[in-house]
Amino acid sequence: MCLGIPGEVIEILEDRPDLAKVAVSGVKRTINIGLLDDDPPVPGDWILIHVGFALSKIDEGEAQAALDFLESIGKAYEDELAALQESRIE
Amino acid sequence: MRFVDEFRDAEKARALSAKITSLCEPGRGYKLMEVCGGHTHTIYKHGLEDYLPESITLVHGPGCPVCVIPMGRVDDAIHIARQPNVLMTSFGDMMRVPGSGGNFFDSNAEGTNIRMVYSPLDSLKIARQNPDLRVVFMAIGFETTTPSTAMTLLRAAHEGIENFSIFGNHVTIIPAIKAILDSPDLRLDGFIGPGHVSTVIGCRPYEFIARDYGKPVVVAGFEPLDILQSIYMLMVQLSENRSEVENQYSRVVPWDGNMVALKAINEVMELRPYFEWRGLGFISHSAMAVREKYAKFDAERIFEIPGVRVADPKACQCGEVLKGVLKPWECKVFGTACTPETPIGTCMVSPEGACAAYYNFGRFSRQRVREASQHEHVGS
Repeated sequence: MCLGIPGEVIEILEDRPDLAKVAVSGVKRTINIGLLDDDPPVPGDWILIHVGFALSKIDEGEAQAALDFLESIGKAYEDELAALQESRIE
Repeated sequence: MRFVDEFRDAEKARALSAKITSLCEPGRGYKLMEVCGGHTHTIYKHGLEDYLPESITLVHGPGCPVCVIPMGRVDDAIHIARQPNVLMTSFGDMMRVPGSGGNFFDSNAEGTNIRMVYSPLDSLKIARQNPDLRVVFMAIGFETTTPSTAMTLLRAAHEGIENFSIFGNHVTIIPAIKAILDSPDLRLDGFIGPGHVSTVIGCRPYEFIARDYGKPVVVAGFEPLDILQSIYMLMVQLSENRSEVENQYSRVVPWDGNMVALKAINEVMELRPYFEWRGLGFISHSAMAVREKYAKFDAERIFEIPGVRVADPKACQCGEVLKGVLKPWECKVFGTACTPETPIGTCMVSPEGACAAYYNFGRFSRQRVREASQHEHVGS
């Protein structure tokens, strides 16, 4: 739950600018980007996601480092990813 | 490639370890608290204590949101779930937290409908699709997850989804740190500040620790080198008799936090006069409640909440572990009666809990370090 998962913004939803399609570990999911209103991400940007919301923008190097770290901790990350796969935010 | 990277990291870790050791005053002991459960996880997983001199002790703090939920609140949640037409939703971490009569899975076996969700927005979607059900989201977490609940509640209000409500259990980290600083049980020398919580609240809220208590704080990232670097920064401050707030994780944490998130929280929630923390007892102004303006979405106003305080099981010493007074393996039931499969206390339930982290990784990482050092020995 407290894990920040990095994802790459693919597109911002036209009718809902607070939502974005984001690629996370090979899965495409809808993520809320409303908390980044002060500096909204654009496609190609990397974000750190907590329970369906982007909490910060990060650079690609940080995203890779964060992914390596998450993969190293094993089960807790797998559980979080499994939960994310079930997620269908609107 | 990965092997090379790891090797390079190990080299850097050893270099930092040598610098940290050189800053230790002979005969002096140092107690540094990592507040966040994510840090505890990294420390055990990577055996970071093996990189530190014996005079430095890492003390594990209360920053595991699942761990600090008292049994009475689990019972309250189950009570809500038993009401007609209620569908309760919760993060997966919460499902196995024991209440006085069992956990959420046990409760479901007796007929309640408590479902795991990834995000509060998934819970809102269930409410949107099931107007006949009363969908309650069991909201837990520190400031990392509070903005998500606040934004979801604002969305529910915007769309007028009135069969959705939250059962609020969000806690705030600063009063817990203050309670630990004021506790006579433990004398700490410095703090490794939480990374993701600080993304939201920024670094300024820690300034009182440096100013009023004279203890340095370094906000840290989650990788092994981040934590070692932060310990080094704390040791530099201590060796120079300084106490300041520094940000090792500035690549993610802005000094002033996330203003949009803070505004959303402030719009829908307010501080409770007090809240019970498992192991730490009642702490003033340490948790959030839904503001009256959003009463329609507040499960505590919609349902009658028993609010019965339940004492922790006698054998469980989670309280001492959460305060950093006991190491996990010093608890009498650790690894015997209490394991991740059959947890007695919350510290063994969440992967961020100190007991689960030590149980899962502690012995393993120590063994690995021993093997690595033997391997080096043979190679040299």
